[in-house]
Order: sequence, then structure tokens, then C-alpha cells
Amino acid sequence: MKILVTVKRVTDYEQRVKIAADGTALITEGMNFLANPFDEIAIEEALRLAKAHGGEVVVVSVGNKDATHQIRQGLAMGGNRGILVTTDANLDPDAVARVLVKVVEEEKPDVILMGKQATDNDANQCGQLLAGYLGWPQATFASKLAGLESPEEKAQKPGVIIADGKAEVVREVDGGLETLELTLPALITTDLRLNHPRYTSLPGIMKAKKKEIKEIAADSLGVDLAPKVREISYAEPKARSAGMTVESVDELLEKLRNEAKVL
Amino acid sequence: MTNVLVVTELQDGAVKKATLTSLTFAREAAKRTGGNVQALVIGSGVSAAAEEMSKYVAAVHTAEHESFAAGPVAEAYAKVIAQAATAAGAAVVCMAATFHGKDVLPRVGALLNAGVASDVLGFVDDSSLTVTREMLAGNVIATVEVATDIKCFTTRPTEFEAAQALDAVGAVNALTVELGELRTRYVKFDAVVSERPALSDARVVISGGRGLKEAENFPNLVEPMADKLNAAIGASRAVVDAGWVPNDMQVGQTGKVVAPELYFAVGISGAIQHVAGMKSSKVIVAINKDPEAPIFQVADYGLVQDLFKVMPELTEKI
Ligand SMILES: Cc1cc2nc3c(=O)[nH]c(=O)nc-3n(C[C@H](O)[C@H](O)[C@H](O)COP(=O)(O)OP(=O)(O)OC[C@H]3O[C@@H](n4cnc5c(N)ncnc54)[C@H](O)[C@@H]3O)c2cc1C
Ligand SMILES: Nc1ncnc2c1ncn2[C@@H]1O[C@H](COP(=O)(O)O)[C@@H](O)[C@H]1O
Repeated sequence: MKILVTVKRVTDYEQRVKIAADGTALITEGMNFLANPFDEIAIEEALRLAKAHGGEVVVVSVGNKDATHQIRQGLAMGGNRGILVTTDANLDPDAVARVLVKVVEEEKPDVILMGKQATDNDANQCGQLLAGYLGWPQATFASKLAGLESPEEKAQKPGVIIADGKAEVVREVDGGLETLELTLPALITTDLRLNHPRYTSLPGIMKAKKKEIKEIAADSLGVDLAPKVREISYAEPKARSAGMTVESVDELLEKLRNEAKVL
Repeated sequence: MTNVLVVTELQDGAVKKATLTSLTFAREAAKRTGGNVQALVIGSGVSAAAEEMSKYVAAVHTAEHESFAAGPVAEAYAKVIAQAATAAGAAVVCMAATFHGKDVLPRVGALLNAGVASDVLGFVDDSSLTVTREMLAGNVIATVEVATDIKCFTTRPTEFEAAQALDAVGAVNALTVELGELRTRYVKFDAVVSERPALSDARVVISGGRGLKEAENFPNLVEPMADKLNAAIGASRAVVDAGWVPNDMQVGQTGKVVAPELYFAVGISGAIQHVAGMKSSKVIVAINKDPEAPIFQVADYGLVQDLFKVMPELTEKI
């Protein structure tokens, strides 16, 4: 089985991105960058599936050369090889999806695993777009029936069940959990409660240095990279006006009743 | 091609309130495109929902198929929505940014070659379709423009009022559904049964975090107060991950966005990812024993005390 897993290089969610004075750009110089947290979960799931069923895990990123670090992280976790589609442009999820279509046509994976959402743009689109372009079945927001504290999780079992050319996926939706069965090849996006991603080990990091990362120039793929959704400007959210500290339950109730009038 | 198509989301056969909030966005969009608003209702046995929607729009399209009885499947629904968009002459297709909307609408974008703006907050002016949306866990508000002929939007339910019915009733038109080959089978739905109001609709939300120390303290300390206030119960990611409560209770960047009249954060530190899901609440109360906890920066009323002492007293006196 061949599993393609995507990883996006994003700004550290613990840090605050600054906005340029004229509001037309985000300033990310000097910031920390990480693999998108949802993508680490996707990589972990890919590794568990490959262990359970045999097969290869290919880690793909679309971005500038620095995204090599995030691919290396995936390889250090246990991925077999990497592909970096290079571009200095800031692509929207739709352009990324159309670039990935080309990679999929070349690699012909059985399963594609992606994060549900990138923590920089919070778009939550790329997997759905890619599945739509490919005409593949999709299961977004994959979770599992057993919780993260369960024996299954501790035994590092995959949450996605694959058998007879089909994948059974449990999804987080409003009001409960939904189970879908997808005929492979299929695309799955991960939610936070699918697994706890492993840490990279020193031997893993050493081995990853020797693993292949193929580079492809995005410009060479014949894909129109212009964004379909243009980001025109950026602004800070309105801050909430300062609140007050109350000293007791009685004072809190008095305020809620007489000042805020919500009780 | 100037019309606006709003995709209806159903729950147990009835129209979800979130759809009516997206309808408010749709009406605003139609003023800008100069077209009318039409609705699409997908399912199996949807005549009641179609009749309900006909009170709000110029025309209702229904797409019925027996396979839809099991539940919504993005692969199938996206095809139907794309067909309906063409039938409706839609320049804009919108849907509430619920789990279902987020799952299906981007796929529609791929089928229609349309750009999709996610989780939209509103328009920037009275004439264009330029909208705002949050990025980076709500740290940044971006102004975005969808550059394609057909434009898709998922709309954040807490940012729009539910639309009111009109005087005229729209015509209902049944679409011929062509699904082609499908490779998704809807196996089952495991519902989390709750007697409480839904998180997204409740007037009061009480959310608990890791400060509650253990799972039993949700029933012991949070539920009695929620019972008294007819409140919904939410949670931080920390306690959802710990398995104390089900995942659909998570409030935040990657969970639900809520905006009740009154929000209690109990033993929640106020990480930016949590705040992203509740900062539009009208009144926020924080109960936390650490005066430095960031939750106090967004709270209207902060009580710096031990929640184990506060919660029983509050429940009794409220
Ligand atoms: C990609 C990503 C997405 C995320 N998405 C979300 C999301 O959608 N929603 C979300 O909530 N989080 C999200 N998080 C996690 C978030 O960063 C925080 O880790 C989480 O919100 C912390 O939960 P908490 O406040 O319950 O726990 P903690 O941060 O551990 O806070 C517990 C609080 O309880 C207080 N406390 C302890 N004992 C008492 C007592 N006896 N009385 C009163 N107070 C007490 C403490 O002072 C502390 O402030 C996300 C993280 C990442 C990386
Ligand atoms: N530039 C990129 N390179 C690799 N994967 C990406 C890229 N952009 C998005 N993705 C994948 O798509 C998922 C959803 O991203 P988004 O739709 O942008 O929120 C991410 O979790 C990644 O797995």
C-alpha cells in the first residue's frame, strides 16, 4: 500500500504574527515555523497504517525550500521518502490542491492523508478540494471510536480500518460520530483526536538525513498558481473592552443581574 | 447568472437554524449581485423541509434519493449541489460553516471551478462581495475576494441573525438527481444523546477545563448549574483529549464557535485557540484561581478563586 501524506510549514501557533503597517502583508520574518499540528497526526496515522498493512509513506509539501525541514521531520518520524514542490509564491488551498493532483497522478497512492486545517490560514479546504478534483471519496475530520486514553491508542493501532480495498473512517460531526466506508483510492483528513503523534528520535533524525527528497518546481507542472481567493488586507481583531474582577459569588451575581442583565 | 443558492442543512428532517443564518448572508449577497435567493434541500423525504424553506426564498430545489436517507455523504452531495447551482443560475453558493458545510462546500468549489472562502464573518461594504474571515486562531481578520465567476462561501453562524420568513412563497422544483458511480458508503451514526440545548443555540454556555481535575466533576459541578440555567455545556480541548467529555463539546479554533449571551469559563486558562471559539459571547465570566490566567483578558467578570468552592455556591444562589 502506498500512502501519500501532506505537510504544510506554518508559523508556530504559540507566537503572534504581526501585520504590516499598511495592512497588506503578514510579517513572518524571525518567527518559528512548525509542521502543521494536524499534519503530524496525518503522518502518525500513515505510519501506523503502513506498519499494519505494509507499504510506503511518501511525505509531500508545497512551499519554499525551508519546507524541507518539515518533510525531514516526517521522515524522521518514519516516512520513507519526500517530495517538495517548490514555489516562493503564497498559494491558496485551491492552487495547492491542483498542484497535488499532479503529484498524485505521478505517485498513484492508495490513500492520501492530510490535516483537516492549516493553523495559519484556518481554511479547512485543501483535502476536500483535492478529493473533488480527483473524483475520489473523502472522509474529513477523521477521529476514532476509542478515545486518546484508550488501550488501542496506547498500542498505537491505526484509527482508520483498512480491509478488502476499503477504508472505514469514524468522523467527528455535530451531535456524534459518523462512520463512512470508502473504496480505495481515497482521501482522509485528520482531526485532533485521531492519535497522539510520536516524537522524533535521534536515530530517526539520523536516518532521515539519508532519505530522498525529490524537488519539483511548481512552475513546471502547468498549473495556474494564481489564487482563487485573494487576500487583500489584514487587520487586528477588535479587542474586548477591559472587564473587572469581582470578589465574591454574591458580587458576581449582583453584576450579572443588575449590570449585564443576563440573569 | 446572478442568483444566490443557499444549501439547507437538515437535522431529523427539520431545517437547522444555522441555515437561516446563512440565508441572511445570502440575502445580502443577492442585493449585491442583483439576483434572487434560492434554496436547495437534499435528502430523502424532504417535502416538509422544502415547504418550510419556500417561505424564505424565491425558489426551492429539492434533490431526493433513497441513498440520502442514511446520512449526508460529501461525494454525493457535492455533485448534487454543483448541479443545483447550474440549475439555479447561481453566481454565489453559500452554506453555514458547520461540520457538514465545511466538509462538502470546498468539494463543490472543485466541481464548479469556484473559489471558496471559509467561515466568513461578513461583507466589507454595501456593494461588493468582498468579505472578512479569521486566520491564525482569530489573531488576524483578513479581507478576501473570491476571484472566480461562481463564488462559494461558508458562513459563520454566530455572525448572522437567523432570517425571517417572507410574505410570498417560493416555488418548489424537484431536480433530477444524477449521482453516477459513488465510492462512499454511509455506515452509521453514533449519536451523543443530550437533553440540553445545543451548544450553538444556547443562551447560556458553561465550559469546563482541566481545572476541574477529573471527569466526574462535569456531572458533579458543571451539570447542576447548567440544569438550573438551562445552559449548554462546553469544554476546552484539554479535557476533550483526556476523554472526559465527547468531542462535539469542544469550543475553539478547531472545535465549535459559540456566541451565547452568557459564557462561563470554569478552570480554563484561556489559550488563544480556546478564546477563538467564544470571544464573541456577549458576557464572559471566568472562574480561575490563577490571577495571571489569560482568560481574564477577555472576561467581563473575573472571579479569582478555587472553582471547587465557587461552583457549589454559585449553583445554589443563582
Ligand atoms: C492546533 C491546535 C488547536 C487547538 N484547538 C483548540 C480548541 O479548539 N479549543 C481549545 O480549548 N483548545 C485548543 N487547543 C489547545 C489549547 O492550546 C490549550 O492547550 C487548551 O485550551 C488548554 O485547556 P485548559 O484551559 O482546559 O487547560 P489548562 O491550560 O491546563 O488550564 C487549566 C486552568 O485551570 C485553572 N485551575 C486549576 N485548578 C483550579 C481550581 N481549583 N480552581 C480554579 N481554577 C483552577 C488553572 O489556573 C488553569 O488556568 C489547540 C491547540 C493546538 C495546538
Ligand atoms: N502548501 C501545502 N503543502 C502541503 N500540504 C498542504 C499545503 N497547504 C495545505 N496543505 C494540506 O492541506 C491541509 C488543509 O489545509 P487548509 O485547507 O489550507 O486549511 C493541511 O493540513 C495540509 O495537510
